[in-house]
Amino acid sequence: MTETPQSNLPNVSLAQRAWAIRRNALLMGEVQGQGYIGQALGAADVLAVSYFHALNYRPQDPEWEGRDRFYLSIGHYAIALYAALMEAGILPEDEIGTYGMDDSRMPMSGMAAYTPGMEITGGSLGHGLGIAVGAAMGLKRKDNPAFIYNMMSDGELGEGSTWEAVMSAVQWRLDNLICIVDFNDQQADGKTTDALASGPQAPQWEAFGWHAQEVDGNDLDALTAAFDKARALTDPKPRLIICRTQMCKGVPFLEAREMAHFVRVEPEEWSKALQILDEGKPT
Amino acid sequence: MSELIPPHSRRKSKYAPRKAPDTRLATSAMIASLDAEGRETIAAPFGHALAELAQTRDDIVGLSADLSKYTDLHVFAHAHPDRFYQMGMAEQVMVSAAAGLAREGFTPFATTYAVFAARRAYDFICMAIAEENLPVKICCALPGLTTGYGPSHQATEDLAIMRGMPNLTVLDPCDAIDTMQATHAIADHPGPVYMRLLRGQVPNVLGEYDYQFKLGKAQMIHDGADVLFIASGFMTMRVLDAAKALARDGISCAVLHSPTIKPLDAETITREARKGGRLVVTAENHSVTGGLGEAVAATLMRAGVHVPFRQIGLPDEFLDAGALPTLHQQYGLTVDAVCASVKDWLSQ
Repeated sequence: MTETPQSNLPNVSLAQRAWAIRRNALLMGEVQGQGYIGQALGAADVLAVSYFHALNYRPQDPEWEGRDRFYLSIGHYAIALYAALMEAGILPEDEIGTYGMDDSRMPMSGMAAYTPGMEITGGSLGHGLGIAVGAAMGLKRKDNPAFIYNMMSDGELGEGSTWEAVMSAVQWRLDNLICIVDFNDQQADGKTTDALASGPQAPQWEAFGWHAQEVDGNDLDALTAAFDKARALTDPKPRLIICRTQMCKGVPFLEAREMAHFVRVEPEEWSKALQILDEGKPT
Repeated sequence: MSELIPPHSRRKSKYAPRKAPDTRLATSAMIASLDAEGRETIAAPFGHALAELAQTRDDIVGLSADLSKYTDLHVFAHAHPDRFYQMGMAEQVMVSAAAGLAREGFTPFATTYAVFAARRAYDFICMAIAEENLPVKICCALPGLTTGYGPSHQATEDLAIMRGMPNLTVLDPCDAIDTMQATHAIADHPGPVYMRLLRGQVPNVLGEYDYQFKLGKAQMIHDGADVLFIASGFMTMRVLDAAKALARDGISCAVLHSPTIKPLDAETITREARKGGRLVVTAENHSVTGGLGEAVAATLMRAGVHVPFRQIGLPDEFLDAGALPTLHQQYGLTVDAVCASVKDWLSQ
């Protein structure tokens, strides 16, 4: 008997999708005994709304010309995107045990050449939005109505290239570009707002000419409304959604841990985290 | 606490104060013409070639970071305004956006000065373009010592920087003919390219020889028995002139033009060097560190070809500002300087 893939199940709620993304990510973290699990748990709701509410795509044809393009500028969030791509049916779930292994299609930092559904090679931070600008120009040249989504981190707000791209997107009236900033206020050396991006973000982007929204990135209803609004706007402006997220969201004992860019998880804690997640499975 | 260095002690000019000279040799700014005196020239060869190419290639788009007039891309922009992207003074997003356009099926030609592409936008060329082998063509003016503005604009190490990047094809064409033909060739090449540009009124030198640019190929322009010049860029013009001058002194020089710096045509270079009996002299408008000369040297070493070898190129230092004729003389790139070096080496 063939089990129906999760991605094909009807009537699966966004909460269930987010739960499954968290679970896939924890399983991958357990495989490696490490990983950016804090980011993955934090961004799971944003990815659930992206892949199961906003994005237009065909799981069996990830290169479909009409698809919305989802760029992951933050290469180290690959664990989170793989989790979402599995839930979406773009990556097979039975590859979960290969995460970060030699010859895996799922390297720890996301790269386009390795993974179906991974549009760009991320990791050198501050690149995604600029590439997205060019791709959005290209879609307009082709009269292709698809959207480009660029998912970046708050730390990337410190890169000068981000702001070149912010200005450029306005200059070229890229209303087909939606930038998602995962604002968890953590970067490698500490809090992002202690380092560089301490200013009021939404007003700054608005001043440059973007349409900016700021939402609770772990509130599925708020995210759904924000994505709907970003897509439906008629202003010829690029669109920003700042998603305030809680690192490690969904696993309280990790949420309570002192936050860091690389959240330390002891070997025996992976199964504990999975157990806690499973107990809270949404119905 | 250790003593601080007085802030002004480093700012002393290397020159003593002086009055304006009687004869004025003004700083060569954003040089338009090179070696043009007494030669036929062709205006804006890159811009015209690209504009022509775009008539049959809908996928070609052009981008500039506020230097379209200084890279000759304005010719393309004028001919195809709907395909020109003025990206402003923002090289990082220009290069990244070119990558995005390439992802969507276009063939972008992105232009700026060589210093700004090689130094400022390197990570973006590397990760947004080369790592994914996207067909973006980065075409850059002011290569090597073609401006007297000083190190801010003199790309004396761009070939060294770009040679280090996997997937990237690196070109240093000689003249207008070479530039036009190379423009067509790189548009057909499926991967990323970095090409140096001469712009403005560019001499036509190779037109008098039976020459056709071939990507990845070094070609013998003029054969000879005593010296084997292996040259790229405008130094091929200079060594062709030097070969004529040296012939009058009974020194027979071959000129092997190698406009493709990477992948270097190791087969031809090795074959020619292996013939023996000739002093091998590389000549490039670039630092002696990491450019054509060292690429040739490594190629010959790997092939086990042991021949007398000398390099003509710019020193591994930040160069002076001033007039180009003065600077080319000072750094040994003129025809006279090439001839003197060769005679000196042959007499050793």
